[in-house]
Amino acid sequence: MCDTCGCNVTNANRHLVSAGGPFEFTEAGTESVHVLQNLLHANDREAQHNREHFNRHCVLALNLMSSPGAGKTALLEKTIDALRTEFSIAVIEGDLETENDAERIRSKGVPAIQISTGSACHLDAHMVHGALHELPLAGLDIVFIENVGNLVCPASFDLGQHLNVALLSSPEGDDKPAKYPVMFRAADLMLITKSDLIEVLGDFDPSRAATLLRELANPAPAFVLSSRSGCGLPQWLDWLREQVELRRLCDAGGEPGNPEVTQHADARADG
Amino acid sequence: MHELQICQALLGEVAALAGARNASRVTDIHVGVGPLSGVEADLLRNAFPIAAAGTAANSARLHLRLIPVRVRCEECGAETSVQANRLLCGRCDNWQTTLIGGDELVLERVEMQRSDGAGAGGRD
Repeated sequence: MCDTCGCNVTNANRHLVSAGGPFEFTEAGTESVHVLQNLLHANDREAQHNREHFNRHCVLALNLMSSPGAGKTALLEKTIDALRTEFSIAVIEGDLETENDAERIRSKGVPAIQISTGSACHLDAHMVHGALHELPLAGLDIVFIENVGNLVCPASFDLGQHLNVALLSSPEGDDKPAKYPVMFRAADLMLITKSDLIEVLGDFDPSRAATLLRELANPAPAFVLSSRSGCGLPQWLDWLREQVELRRLCDAGGEPGNPEVTQHADARADG
Repeated sequence: MHELQICQALLGEVAALAGARNASRVTDIHVGVGPLSGVEADLLRNAFPIAAAGTAANSARLHLRLIPVRVRCEECGAETSVQANRLLCGRCDNWQTTLIGGDELVLERVEMQRSDGAGAGGRD
């Protein structure tokens, strides 16, 4: 059969090429093909593959997203100090150019894989997959993926994480959830960082930030903390412990492919 | 910034379709974009000619259909159109809603010139 004379059109597929059908041929020799293909499907497929890697080793993967300078690395340093005896932790660092953040993490005695994205403004699932093969996943409890500092682009790319944590530092202003709805809608937890500066700033209202998060139909909890003073850190650490536990239950329950493990124990903002 | 990467993914899909159907030229590409996809329609429009240069879609027209943001209320069940940064129920103002449209980034339709119909292109 050929595509030229119409002999490839059978009773079984005639509806596809008839008027209004998805493969309709027109007089002018043009063809209109209906596709409905998600343009991020290649990334999403790789992300699912990454998630299977994490699940196979019962590892909780968290994607940390924020503006540059919101305190992702400082939070990780404090978190590693606090949890090093409880959990085995590793970090995947996304950075445009330097290895500075990865070196800060390594100095804590924790494996850190640096992904230098060059001019790319976000991590994607393929970059993370490359990093995964350098990590000894067996024996790990938590992998933090520190995304490139950017409130726009990282939100569109699934990396294979189980949960998204969005950091909002107080100097940025409390209206960020309304300004960056794609990012904050996807957050499973919002951390308001640099809380020690709130008093100095005078115009940052944590409850307003939490309200704007709620207006994105997002039930995620919002915690207020300061990595510098340590204030609010216990709540974050307890949340992490709970998520590791939920991850273990989920993997033990034979749901290795399920990315939707988001369980919001506390549907109300605490901030 | 990431719109160029999205465009390259789009053109990869289009090239595969054109190749499979032995099309000589792609004339029109229709893409649906929701505001909550994280992709800016204008940036996509600007990135397209750069990404399309030298491909079968070199002279194709890119049609972007903006998909409205819609939510379904978990309380009253109403389906309403809302702003991208305020996903409250349009009827009762409840915040517990489910997004039912507006986060899509979808290649919807491709129109192409067939090699035989146009009398051009390489059929072997």
